[in-house]
Amino acid sequence: MVVDDTSSVATAAMKDEAASAIGGKLNVAHTTIGLSISLSDISYAGTSVLKNFNIDLEPGSISCLLGPSGVGKTSILKSVAGIIPLAEQSFLRASDGKNIADRVSYMDQKDLLLPWASVLDNLLIAARLRGNKPDPDRAMALLADVGLNGKENDLPNTLSGGMRQRVALARTLMDDMQFLLVDEPFSALDAITRYRLQGLLSKLCDGRTTLMITHDPMEALRLGHQVYVLAGSPVRLTPIDHIGGSIPRDPTDILLKEKYNQILSLLGMEKDLKE
Amino acid sequence: MKRFFRLIVTITGLISIWWLVVWATSLPKFILPNPLQVFEKFILRYDTIFENAATTATEILLGLAFGISLGILSAISISLHRGVKQWVMPVLIASQAVPVFAIAPLLVLWFDYGITSKVVMATMIIYFPVTVSFLDGLNRTSRDWRDMAMVMQAGSSSHSIFRIFRLYRYIKIPFALPALASGIRVAAAVAPIGAVVGEWVGSSSGLGYLMLHANGRMQTDLVFASLLTLTVMAITLFYLIDYTLKVALKWQPDQETLA
Repeated sequence: MVVDDTSSVATAAMKDEAASAIGGKLNVAHTTIGLSISLSDISYAGTSVLKNFNIDLEPGSISCLLGPSGVGKTSILKSVAGIIPLAEQSFLRASDGKNIADRVSYMDQKDLLLPWASVLDNLLIAARLRGNKPDPDRAMALLADVGLNGKENDLPNTLSGGMRQRVALARTLMDDMQFLLVDEPFSALDAITRYRLQGLLSKLCDGRTTLMITHDPMEALRLGHQVYVLAGSPVRLTPIDHIGGSIPRDPTDILLKEKYNQILSLLGMEKDLKE
Repeated sequence: MKRFFRLIVTITGLISIWWLVVWATSLPKFILPNPLQVFEKFILRYDTIFENAATTATEILLGLAFGISLGILSAISISLHRGVKQWVMPVLIASQAVPVFAIAPLLVLWFDYGITSKVVMATMIIYFPVTVSFLDGLNRTSRDWRDMAMVMQAGSSSHSIFRIFRLYRYIKIPFALPALASGIRVAAAVAPIGAVVGEWVGSSSGLGYLMLHANGRMQTDLVFASLLTLTVMAITLFYLIDYTLKVALKWQPDQETLA
């Protein structure tokens, strides 16, 4: 375990602010393009798990989707990313009417770093795969943003789990896409590292139309401009209204506690009633 | 240091057993010479032995070069196209079912007594393990990484041939390199067999030729000297290749040399 990943939450919060100070170098234009997702049928391992899923992502904001495992969250993201082909009558509609395929970045729950490539080469992989000219300057600036200056020549297996996930975050942002799809990016990390990376993600992804999946209600409440719960039997999508405030939200806020209980009841009550 | 110590103990042990067998059975020199007699022969005839060893080494190295290159090319073409696999794999397997010993005389007939027939033979037995292990590696690129590359390439306007080329260049081939390395290790171990079998069937130089020749004249000590030279050559080749591959693939988290 690397020292900076084990610092206390209080210093972590201070470092978050420091990170935002460096983060100014890469200003992201606030995108004004929203995304309507309508999926008629979502299957997981051959069986249909969810029908008629509809969600409208607000332009330039983070929408968090919460739900128990097995409800089809990852399949939703993969459908939007183009990894799973869309079922009939499903559609993805950007508010500017153009195709979204070339404007999406996807961040998996695993970091998916290439084990033979240096941190820098890992950031340049997307450009190389597309045959574009790689932009090492942008990569170095992003590495500084995620707090990994001087690590550009290291191999992934020399980094801690938190550092690897930061590299993955920087790689996701390399392409400067308008739409981000993020799948439980910090689920494998310890609580403190996760807390710090949430702060980083909220700073770096702000301004992009983002759909983020999580099963941690507090993560959703910290990061989501909008929070949705996907649960119940039959499964339905419930928005959590009136959270307010700017992200990352303070987890000690009394209002969040209230919303947290609301989410828990949406996730848990139905199950309890059934039993 | 520990490894060196183990090596010394092993060699000393084997030589002692050899000597013990010679002493216990008191077999004549032309059936089983003792280690000292073999060593004396080696000193006496080292120029002949080295000259022939050079031929065999050339055959082995050329066989490795051709076998590995062909294996890599075949594995990539097979993995690119399912149709190629369906046509080529049966031929490949059939080529391995026919023992190389059985077709050695034909190869000598077609390619002459020179080194060509031996290089062809070595190539034939090296080709298969390289192709199969590299193909296996190429087909096992994790789904997650393929998905990642798919999303990244969605924005690419270039022709799909270039996209596939880059997918191989940056993702699939690097992931398959450890598997290719296993194939090359097997190839390095079997390459001397191809060369020596070829020399037995018909040749004018090489360690196999020297052994056959000496055997016919009851010069058993020379047979042993040639055999030991071949063994040292094969072991050196194997460890050189093993070490090179280990250094080249040092990003692999849990690899170990076979030594």
